[in-house]
Amino acid sequence: MSAYRLSNGGLIDRSKPIDFKFDGKPLQGFAGDTLASALLANDKLLVGRSFKYHRPRGLLTAGAAEPNALVTLGQDGRTETNTRATMVELHHGLEARSQNRWPSLDHDIGAINGMLSPFLGAGFYYKTFMWPAAFWEKLYEPIIRKAAGLGRASYVPDPDTYEKSWAHCDLLIIGAGPTGLAAALTAARSKARVILVDEGSMLGGSLLCETTEINDQPAAEFAAQAIVELSAAENVQILKRTTVVGAYDDNVFGALERVQKHVSVIDDNKPVERFWRISAKQAILATGAEERPLVFGGNDRPGMMMAGAMRTYLNRFAVAPGKQVAIFSNGPSGWQTARDLEANGVDVVAIVTPETASNKSYQGKARIIANAVIAGTSGEKRLKGLTIRHIGSGSEETLACDALGMSGGWSPIVHLACHRGDKPKWSDAHAAFLPPAPRDGLIAAGGAAGTYSLAACLQDGGTLAAEALDNLGHSVSRAEFSTQQDEKAEMPAPFWYVKAPKGKAFVDFQNDVHLKDLGLAVREGYDHVELAKRYTTNGMATDQGKLSNVNAIGILAEATGTSPDVVGTTTFRPFYTPVSFGALTGSHIGAHFHPTRVSPLFKWAEKHGARFVETGLWHRSSWFPKEGESDWRESVDREAKTVRSHAGICDVSTLGKIEIFGSDAAEFINRVYCNGFLKLPVGKARYGLMLREDGFIYDDGTTSRLGENHFFMTTTTAFAAGVLTHLECCSQVLWPDLDVRLVSVSDQWAQMAIAGPNARKILAEIVDEDISDAAFPFLAAREVGLSGGQIKGRLFRISFSGELAFELAVPAGYGEAVADAILSLGEDHGITPYGTEALNVLRIEKGHVTHAEINGTVTPGDLGFGRMVSAKKPDFIGRVMLQREGLQATDRLRLVGIRPLDPAESFVSGSHILDVDAAPTGANDLGHVTSSCFSPHLGHTIGLAMVKHGPELIGEEIVIWNGLKQQSIRGVLCEPVFVDPKGEKLHA
Amino acid sequence: MASLITCPHCGVRPKEEFTIRGDASVTRPSPEADGEVWHAYVHLRDNPRGLHKEYWHHTSGCRRWLVVTRDTVSHDVIDVSDAGALA
Ligand SMILES: [Zn+2]
Repeated sequence: MSAYRLSNGGLIDRSKPIDFKFDGKPLQGFAGDTLASALLANDKLLVGRSFKYHRPRGLLTAGAAEPNALVTLGQDGRTETNTRATMVELHHGLEARSQNRWPSLDHDIGAINGMLSPFLGAGFYYKTFMWPAAFWEKLYEPIIRKAAGLGRASYVPDPDTYEKSWAHCDLLIIGAGPTGLAAALTAARSKARVILVDEGSMLGGSLLCETTEINDQPAAEFAAQAIVELSAAENVQILKRTTVVGAYDDNVFGALERVQKHVSVIDDNKPVERFWRISAKQAILATGAEERPLVFGGNDRPGMMMAGAMRTYLNRFAVAPGKQVAIFSNGPSGWQTARDLEANGVDVVAIVTPETASNKSYQGKARIIANAVIAGTSGEKRLKGLTIRHIGSGSEETLACDALGMSGGWSPIVHLACHRGDKPKWSDAHAAFLPPAPRDGLIAAGGAAGTYSLAACLQDGGTLAAEALDNLGHSVSRAEFSTQQDEKAEMPAPFWYVKAPKGKAFVDFQNDVHLKDLGLAVREGYDHVELAKRYTTNGMATDQGKLSNVNAIGILAEATGTSPDVVGTTTFRPFYTPVSFGALTGSHIGAHFHPTRVSPLFKWAEKHGARFVETGLWHRSSWFPKEGESDWRESVDREAKTVRSHAGICDVSTLGKIEIFGSDAAEFINRVYCNGFLKLPVGKARYGLMLREDGFIYDDGTTSRLGENHFFMTTTTAFAAGVLTHLECCSQVLWPDLDVRLVSVSDQWAQMAIAGPNARKILAEIVDEDISDAAFPFLAAREVGLSGGQIKGRLFRISFSGELAFELAVPAGYGEAVADAILSLGEDHGITPYGTEALNVLRIEKGHVTHAEINGTVTPGDLGFGRMVSAKKPDFIGRVMLQREGLQATDRLRLVGIRPLDPAESFVSGSHILDVDAAPTGANDLGHVTSSCFSPHLGHTIGLAMVKHGPELIGEEIVIWNGLKQQSIRGVLCEPVFVDPKGEKLHA
Repeated sequence: MASLITCPHCGVRPKEEFTIRGDASVTRPSPEADGEVWHAYVHLRDNPRGLHKEYWHHTSGCRRWLVVTRDTVSHDVIDVSDAGALA
């Protein structure tokens, strides 16, 4: 035993014991503990295995930067890997599992990786790619993947809910340590809206482990009282357990709130995490500073931790880290830790410092070994002793101990000030990188700005808050605090590493990067800080080098004979700490991510037994099986044949619908279609072909003139939104002088096609007006009354099936009733409901194109619409670019029909067309099948194809080649209209 | 890229409500213009460092097309105007 719980002191509640498990073993802690402090109190020094070498590792920190103590929490869908034990609040039933070990943390076979370490050095990944590929795939990669790694994710869906939220404030204060609290207490005096954010469960930051007094109160009590005061202030919102993870343009900050990560039973009515976007007018970065590890041989044994972390465990959690503690410190932090340890009755065996003089204010009992370093350490799963080397003589001695607190100085936590691309600046005086200049009202204060004394931090926070509020027009006086002036904290020159270390001297603990790796990177030419990072992986992984980056920079600077200033930092990017995918996704999962769109006729179709198909977000009725039909083709064939012999009704509501108004509406439409619309008479519909400005077809549809200055445009289902946006751009950007207004009415109308020789007879029974061929000829489009004027609808005599057909639009809410009425009126006329599958058969039989053909690379000429393109119009979108030589060439892929030579054979869309006897090569490719189906009228497969010189080759025999199935059949190119080529049925 | 855009019609809104179309400094040529001019209009775009004018559509708001003048280095948004009002 070495680490143990102190009998009194700390901010834990000894009256509230909490049971938890680590690797299945039941343990106990107290309310107020973190998982880390509870493990330490139970003398669990070994908490994880390192990433590459599987070295035993213990707690290194007490906070967000923890690289070693990564555990997996929860089961199944709640499995959460790589969770920092230092950030987990202990709660009843908590079960944590160690990672990257097999079969157990104590007996880990992967530790053999340590013996392979000569092969796992810097650049390892890159070099192994140069080994024979077969070795890599079959041997090294599987072994490395199994051996190296962190936690393993679950494949079970997460049962919990997450949400996203916006918050707005005048002043955002990030961090509720002494600086942040001072800022908040000052800001609370104003009328400004203030948000105070802190990642801890208990606010106070370093005050929670301080032993000094503020306003004659112990620091932690002062913090608690400050929170009471701030909670009562109406203008202050406190977000605890919330980490600001990103700083973005316009002072928008991303923050992750852990709402229910500390509870035993999750309330389903609340999210487990909430991702905030906080828009702030001014922001104070009071994130404090991170203590730097020292780089020396064997600096990773369980029992070693940062000196400041040791103080936190001691003062806040009442846990002694060991019974014989040594300190290795450059700067004052270690001395302070030694004092606190001794004050709690813990034996400090030695204070080792590379500085030449002792810290004058230290009065304790520990042996002081100045001008010395730790060259190596001993112990396997826990620290047993140190080898101390005297710098002057080079002589070495050993010393027994069971814990070591180390400090290499402090680095301001500047991440959020750098997320927008600004670089921190090296300061020799601070021996640290300081934040860049304030920008857009984001300013660093206190420890984050390199201010380390408590009194100065309290003053800085208050002053900067008052200034920020002053910028916003709120006048407020700074809150003042009395505290003992701590000794002037002189920062010694940085001490980057111990030369000639005994054993590996780790720089990046999480990624197992050690001193030699950085040396190798420099020798091999990867000394630029960004290259060294990638070459060695220093600063990667979940902690993103919070502890290691500055040391690596210092080491690179020494190795290259420059200064940290010259080496510079790698790029700071969000997120500061890991964010779960759940929080980023928020409520946008399942149907909230991919909503279901249904037409107003969905219920009608469902009622009549429709099968549905997903096309984009839409669920469209695709066929309507009748009793006894077992195969979809059986239903589709029947539906298609019935439409051609009697009548059918089909839901076409998913088409995009746009109302266009204005005195220049006709001119406008004339400019957005390539064919003429200016002279379209009122009461008429016309097929329109819409080009992009580069001359290719964008979309097609029909547009009807319902009044002199009122048009109704339909688009394809897929391009409904795109066409509206395009038209808005044309009207607002290109031709704002045209008087035209657009509005989408796609969801306002239920639209149905009634097609077949009996269509008119059926509709005549419900439409009030005369719809005889004479009164309502092909392409007529008019408002009509239904059932004696009960409903007003719009009737269009247009046809996709090639039959005598109408499309009837009625207000969406009447869709089901009208469709039902038509179905029952049509019963005697043999009507059938039909779906998109039969619709597809009918249109292929008529050679009508869809986006299967209009795929963004085809011109009107390619589809046989060349003569539709107006030669008279002075201007329309795509006119000039369509004239380009390449777009007019005859060897382009052009539309033809295609059928199998032997009607018993069939083919599928995507098959390629080859000359008979040509080898299936890219060079020989003549084109491909774009649409195909079984034609019940012809009794064999038919298709549409885009083929080089297509129309010129009609009648030619070709090969239809399916490379996926390695099948080829003989086919014949033909006219793309397979049924009623003269259009007699259409005009009936 | 800015986080917030001040739409002249809707006020300050998050950028996720907008769709960016690209360079607003190009002008659609006359239908009589040379093919090369049209080629430049349709296909050629600068990628400026510094001030840049772009068409932004307030897709999830007022559905107006706006011209956003922004600095591609500092990300400052200098001006947001209605495209129709500028023409
Ligand atoms: Zn707007």
